[in-house]
Amino acid sequence: MSEKLNIEVPTMAEMIARGEEPEILFWVGCAGSYDERAQKITRDICKILHHVGIKYAVLGTEESCTGDPAKRAGNEFLFQMQAMTNIEVLNGYNIKKIVTGCPHCFNTIKNEYPGLGGSYDVIHHTQLIQDLISEGKLKAEGGESFKGKKITYHDPCYLGRGNGVYEAPRKALEVLDAQLVEMKRCKSNGLCCGAGGAQMFKEPEKGNKDINIERIEEALETNPGIIAAGCPFCMTMLSDGVKMKEQNENVQVLDIAEITVRANGL
Amino acid sequence: MISQILFIAITLAAIALFSFNLKKVIRNIKIGKAADRTDQPQKRLMTMIRVAFGQSKMVVRPIPAALHFVVYIGFVIINIEVLEIMIDGIFGTHRVFGGLGSLYNFLIGSFEILALGVWVGCAIFLIRRNILKLKRLNSPELKGWPKSDANYILITEILLMTAFLIMNAADAKLQALGAHHYITAGSFPVSQFLQNLLPASEGSLIAIERGCWWFHILGILAFLNYLPYSKHFHILFAFPNTYFSNLEPKGEFSNMQSVTNEVKAMLDPSFTPPEAEAGRFGAKDVNDLSWINLMNAYTCTECGRCTSVCPANITGKLLSPRKIMMDTRDRMEEVGKNIDKTGSGFDDGKSLIDNYITREEIWACTSCNACVQACPINIDPLAIITDLRRYAVMEESQAPSSINAMLGNIENNGAPWKYSPADRLNWAKEN
Ligand code: SF4
Ligand code: SF4
Repeated sequence: MSEKLNIEVPTMAEMIARGEEPEILFWVGCAGSYDERAQKITRDICKILHHVGIKYAVLGTEESCTGDPAKRAGNEFLFQMQAMTNIEVLNGYNIKKIVTGCPHCFNTIKNEYPGLGGSYDVIHHTQLIQDLISEGKLKAEGGESFKGKKITYHDPCYLGRGNGVYEAPRKALEVLDAQLVEMKRCKSNGLCCGAGGAQMFKEPEKGNKDINIERIEEALETNPGIIAAGCPFCMTMLSDGVKMKEQNENVQVLDIAEITVRANGL
Repeated sequence: MISQILFIAITLAAIALFSFNLKKVIRNIKIGKAADRTDQPQKRLMTMIRVAFGQSKMVVRPIPAALHFVVYIGFVIINIEVLEIMIDGIFGTHRVFGGLGSLYNFLIGSFEILALGVWVGCAIFLIRRNILKLKRLNSPELKGWPKSDANYILITEILLMTAFLIMNAADAKLQALGAHHYITAGSFPVSQFLQNLLPASEGSLIAIERGCWWFHILGILAFLNYLPYSKHFHILFAFPNTYFSNLEPKGEFSNMQSVTNEVKAMLDPSFTPPEAEAGRFGAKDVNDLSWINLMNAYTCTECGRCTSVCPANITGKLLSPRKIMMDTRDRMEEVGKNIDKTGSGFDDGKSLIDNYITREEIWACTSCNACVQACPINIDPLAIITDLRRYAVMEESQAPSSINAMLGNIENNGAPWKYSPADRLNWAKEN
């Protein structure tokens, strides 16, 4: 339950030096690497991988931005420079399977890298968690009980509408025996947190309110104890919104990975 | 005989005018750049059957879906009746399918019920637009022509249906009188209630029946020729538009091939890119967009379902995906008129970006795909927004300064924030 990571995180370079190959590469992403809040999620994903005994590795300093924000901002040059450099690294290590904690990395590597010479089996961490639950390797036992707690899940655009992943994160919440409540706008009709399309890196255009406030108001209408997220950018926007509404005493914003780690007492 | 000749002449003229205008529309769509959407024909066909014929994306909003469905079915079925009108008009026959007996009675009976349905549907649509003033149907971009366009069409449909029902009522009365030429055929579950309103004399009944008949067919021909000027073009374009819609995951943006070649050449000096014609990166004007984007613009029904789910629009920002589509169509029409007047090389000094769509609009988009999801006929406003951004960034280097800072960080540090690549694994160490 501690936030400490008492495990060694293996890098690709180390593994190869030992003559080993991982089952899966964990693509951490820029937010997962540098953003303090997202770093916690990153560590929790490692805990899950470690707990179930999946042999994994990260790229560490060899990882670079996928190019997603550059592409959405319209800089195709920079995107493709990033993509081709990353593909060279990934192909150099003969990577086959990738898990990532960020829907933007997930979408870009899964859909846009193949056309540039990088084809991998890419999954989002909520899909990994769903599989592990189905296989009986994660049980939501031995840790914090979420029984009866009200949880509402916010669909990240690039996971949901972008790639049709709606069930995996919900599956991870269903096993908790919690009370799952849906917002008015959910699944394919979900409302953006306001960070996508490179909005994360600029001031919003002028309007009546910020998008994350609109979204938080909708989330708070469900009276949740926990707002569940599956994207580091959504995490920032939703946490900021909760703070702005001065609800951080009553409502927690947690990633599906964090909830899973707590429930399993990892 | 005279009326037959007149009928044939008018019909031919209407068809000729329509073909002329349709050709112009197709010419305008071809202003756009090439794009290949001919893969997976089976999946495309299924998409078209599901989305256009089956109206699968309409059901999200049940009330307009039900009303729209009645009007749509009415439109499709009434074509059988138009076929009879055509034959009667050309050969001077009357109710030529009347020989079908009970099947004919069934057909006419169902047309009448559908006509009533269409009548009621259009009336409710008019009320929603003009009296209830639904927000989605009263946004700023709908002032002026788009607003009257919608009303004209609804009123026309109501008039056409009224004429059809009065025609039947007069016909039934004439049949009962045993008037010459008016064979006994058809069943009239709706128009029977109108019979009492009509005069009793054979002469006036014939005048009414013929008047409504001509009004009905002339109205339909006029409607046909009105389509190319109207958002109601969607009744034709919805089909090709859904057939050629994007089948890839919505999150996937195209990888620009021209850029791939340049980047490859940069990373690998031995790579020689194939000769490509010098084009622009991204889109400044409609001719930089693909024909898919332009066909989308002609297909847009201005229903505003996209705008009503757009997070930027909901929170009061200038961006409206519906307006993006309307602007693209307006600009395309303008470029088309320029070509008619002065040939294709003409430059009027205007462009889609700035003269129609402002920078503020395109930078407000979160690329969330809600608009694409919501569109009942698979239109993709995001594709146009992305291409305009590409132009602003790659051709002009005119992004908001914070975006430029982010791009600079990726270039120098491999992350959108200013952190050192050497610190990338710190999360695993500092606990
Ligand atoms: S993709 Fe852009 S235009 Fe479309 S709904 Fe989202 S923010 Fe609005
Ligand atoms: S783009 Fe689609 S959803 Fe938007 S107004 Fe046009 S038809 Fe309606």
